[in-house]
Amino acid sequence: MPIKTTIKKGAYFDSVALMQVAKKLNSVPGVIDSAVVMATKENKGLIKASGLLTAEVERAGENDLAIAVSARSAEAAEAAFRAAEELLNKKPAAASPGADRKAAGLDDAVKTLEGANLAVISVAGRFAGTLAADCLAKGLNVMLFSDNVPVEAEIALKKEGVKRGLLVMGPDCGTAIINGAPLAFANSVRRGNIGLVAASGTGAQEVTTLISNEGAGISQCIGTGGRDVKAEVGGLTFLQALAMLANDEGTEVILLVSKPPHPSVMKKITAAVKKIKKPIVAVLLGGEVKEKLKDDFYPARTLEEAAYKAACLGKGLKASKAKELIYDMNLKAEELAKKEAAKKRRSRFLRGLFTGGTFVGEAQVVLPEFTGTVLSNAPLDKKNKLKNSVKLSGHAVVDLGEDEFTVGRPHPMIDFSLRNKMIISEAKKPEVSVLLLDLVLGYGANLKPLDDILPPVAAAFKANRELSIVASVTGTEADPQVRSKVVRALEAAGVLVMPSNAGACRLAGEIIRLAAKAKR
Amino acid sequence: MELFNSELKVVNIGLESFRQGLNDSGVKSVQAQFKPPLSTETELLAKAAKNAARVDRANGKALARILDAKPALVGMGVALDTIPGMKRDLILHAGPPVTWDRMCGPMRGGIMAALMYEGMAKNPKEAERLAASGKIKYEPCHEHGAVGPMAGIISASMPVFIVKNEAGSNYAYATQNEGLGKVLRYGAYGPEVIERLKWMEKTLFPALKAAIESLGRIDLKSMVAQALHMGDEVHNRNRAGTSLFYRAIAPAVITTCPDPETAAKVLNFVNGNDHFFLNLSMALSKASLDAGRGVKDSSVVVVMARNGTDFGVQLSGTGDRWFTGPAEVPDALYFPGYTKADANPDIGDSAITETNGLGGFAIAAAPAIVQFVGGSAADAVSYTMAMYGITAGENNIYKIPYLNFRGTPTGIDVVKVAKTGILPFIDTGVAHKDPGVGQVGAGVLSAPAEPFRKAFEAFAKGL
Repeated sequence: MPIKTTIKKGAYFDSVALMQVAKKLNSVPGVIDSAVVMATKENKGLIKASGLLTAEVERAGENDLAIAVSARSAEAAEAAFRAAEELLNKKPAAASPGADRKAAGLDDAVKTLEGANLAVISVAGRFAGTLAADCLAKGLNVMLFSDNVPVEAEIALKKEGVKRGLLVMGPDCGTAIINGAPLAFANSVRRGNIGLVAASGTGAQEVTTLISNEGAGISQCIGTGGRDVKAEVGGLTFLQALAMLANDEGTEVILLVSKPPHPSVMKKITAAVKKIKKPIVAVLLGGEVKEKLKDDFYPARTLEEAAYKAACLGKGLKASKAKELIYDMNLKAEELAKKEAAKKRRSRFLRGLFTGGTFVGEAQVVLPEFTGTVLSNAPLDKKNKLKNSVKLSGHAVVDLGEDEFTVGRPHPMIDFSLRNKMIISEAKKPEVSVLLLDLVLGYGANLKPLDDILPPVAAAFKANRELSIVASVTGTEADPQVRSKVVRALEAAGVLVMPSNAGACRLAGEIIRLAAKAKR
Repeated sequence: MELFNSELKVVNIGLESFRQGLNDSGVKSVQAQFKPPLSTETELLAKAAKNAARVDRANGKALARILDAKPALVGMGVALDTIPGMKRDLILHAGPPVTWDRMCGPMRGGIMAALMYEGMAKNPKEAERLAASGKIKYEPCHEHGAVGPMAGIISASMPVFIVKNEAGSNYAYATQNEGLGKVLRYGAYGPEVIERLKWMEKTLFPALKAAIESLGRIDLKSMVAQALHMGDEVHNRNRAGTSLFYRAIAPAVITTCPDPETAAKVLNFVNGNDHFFLNLSMALSKASLDAGRGVKDSSVVVVMARNGTDFGVQLSGTGDRWFTGPAEVPDALYFPGYTKADANPDIGDSAITETNGLGGFAIAAAPAIVQFVGGSAADAVSYTMAMYGITAGENNIYKIPYLNFRGTPTGIDVVKVAKTGILPFIDTGVAHKDPGVGQVGAGVLSAPAEPFRKAFEAFAKGL
């Protein structure tokens, strides 16, 4: 076993740096052992013990650097010397204490970022509650993205939040926009004068993007988490958020997005709404506000209607202008529907494959007037429950974000694979006439949606020549995925893209209706 | 309301991708690492949270006593006459209690060396037999107000430094550091080891004792504060501390020594050993932390110590009870010819420095040894910063220039450790697992979870 040495005269290196070099040399293939030391008396003793002391090293002085390598071959020893040279000459990366350093925990984080005022929490649910409580204790508002937080913990957190004047958005709050910044699953939207309270994440994304694309803007979008409006929680965050928006100078129009709250919660919300001197638009998907709460209160049936009404009000127009926008969209849709319906011979059914739960609700509000009964794994009316969420029958809309699909895998807005499979398997069924899809862009969502969705779309068209695919794309030009780019690519692939989910539902429904009429 | 009218600044805990939207919008944010709590006993975590105000008050009291301590070197003595409870047949060792059959190689070797040094055994064989016979008793240094690096062996005739907490009435003791190479604290027991120990007893000890007496006292606390400003963290780097001690002691040694030759030998010994100050920084830490003992409801850690087999922890509020778990092998840089396979699990009382806000907790002050912690100065800063998350407070005297003279994180709070899952960070020397080989490297490790989990659970139950 040859032992090779080189001596570098008068080259001083810190001993610890040298130990690191030696550590790396030992990983060079063919190297058995190595020593990189200043040739002091003490070090000579050390390397003698490891059998690396050669005559050359023995002769070297204490200001000389000695590199000794025991290797299986002369080439391996040479390689080690080259590696040593490289390592010794390497300039260390400049120390930058202000650079992006991860904080070791909450305490460290609030000390590192002076004036921190909001925490976004997305750790596993069983830890999230305690963590959120710690954040509140440190004076931070909280956005709790995590789900599986027990309802008792939610109530305790929200009571504490109300007491301290801090927001607790969530648990299971997917979307918020605070002071113009998108939090978690949110889009890059214009800033403006419309403030939202949203108990639904996708609902918030849909209305904020529609408003932004219509040229109006968002002041704040406060998420509450879906459970907030249930009886147990009693709308603690919803009411707190409403009061904050009522007092916020930047908010001139208030928009409420939710599933129908529990009657006891609804009572509190209506009482609060009546006192607020700002126009309020409300969409309670699957429910309706029948009472005329006040003169400038505008109920809406769909997210789309709510968004456009708010956008009109935000721009200083009358809320009724929103109808014109929808009417124009419908004219275009009817043209498309006629063309598509003409293709249909045998197929009859619509299948909606959704990544956003709120879209499934909205689809069930819009579709029935075109198609009749629509089944779902997340039905607005229990009697329309799909017996089997994977074996679809009749006209059906499926929420792929339901727990039955998401256990052990990422959310379908990020991981398209499950829906992609279903796009193909549904297309292969001869009775399927229209596939209805949502595509949600923005932060948190799949950053390359086209790469993932175009192949199954092509396969679906190939498998079913009568098939129409209708989609909505929720997003803006400022989103990382760029909405127009995604829309153009989908249209080029044969997909009919509508500006809103409700619009897509109407188009899909109209195709079904016209095709059925033609067959009769 | 306030939120809407102030600049949004976000702490992101969990999915790191959520920061992209914030970055794109120019919002300042920081990613906070999250670790699951050490304890799965959620009722105990909840109980601790409920009693947080009481515990914080108690911790404030314990920390104040630790910070107010004024440890000074006031003299030297022979262990038997000086250390309370010391006996001829008693050997003190590092870490929590451990029986001969469970002791690691270096500790056994150190005990054998001590028995030969004491003249109780003539050769290693005899020493080993005596050590295992049951005639010799073993107790932790910590239970006698003492501390020792590595094996931490103290036997009856060994000279010890006496450090007094001048703000209280407690004392701490430590032996004189032997230097590097084949030494007792790494379990070496050859003739040269015993010879050196004898010289330290007969020549070094009287000279230093006389010098300290002539000086009256040496203020160790301000010495450590200065050493931190000179690149030491006084655990793994003691070069500045040793120099400062040398400057303080040299004139006195020269004036009190009977002859210049002895004075030169003594001073050269101190000067030639970069770790001479380690034993003093340990005794200083011990004297400070003992002042913080016995505060009811305080979860402040007053001892972290390893015996090469177990890692032990004691809390201010749980009396003399040890909480232990297996000691781990440090992640180290090894001297030529050695690898991790040669390393002994973590050993020594020197983690008392970390317990006192020094060592690994102050590594941001010691750029010269950052290679041990990943290579860049930023890595060292990260380690120190992380420790602020588990301490009851910050030091008022020990400060880190690089952090704008921020006090070092001091007073490990076991509740915070349990809650955050962040474990104390220790930088340390590494002993060979066989007795007598000596130091094989230096490196870092996080304290093992088990002793802290046990300590937390016992503490919370007692609330």
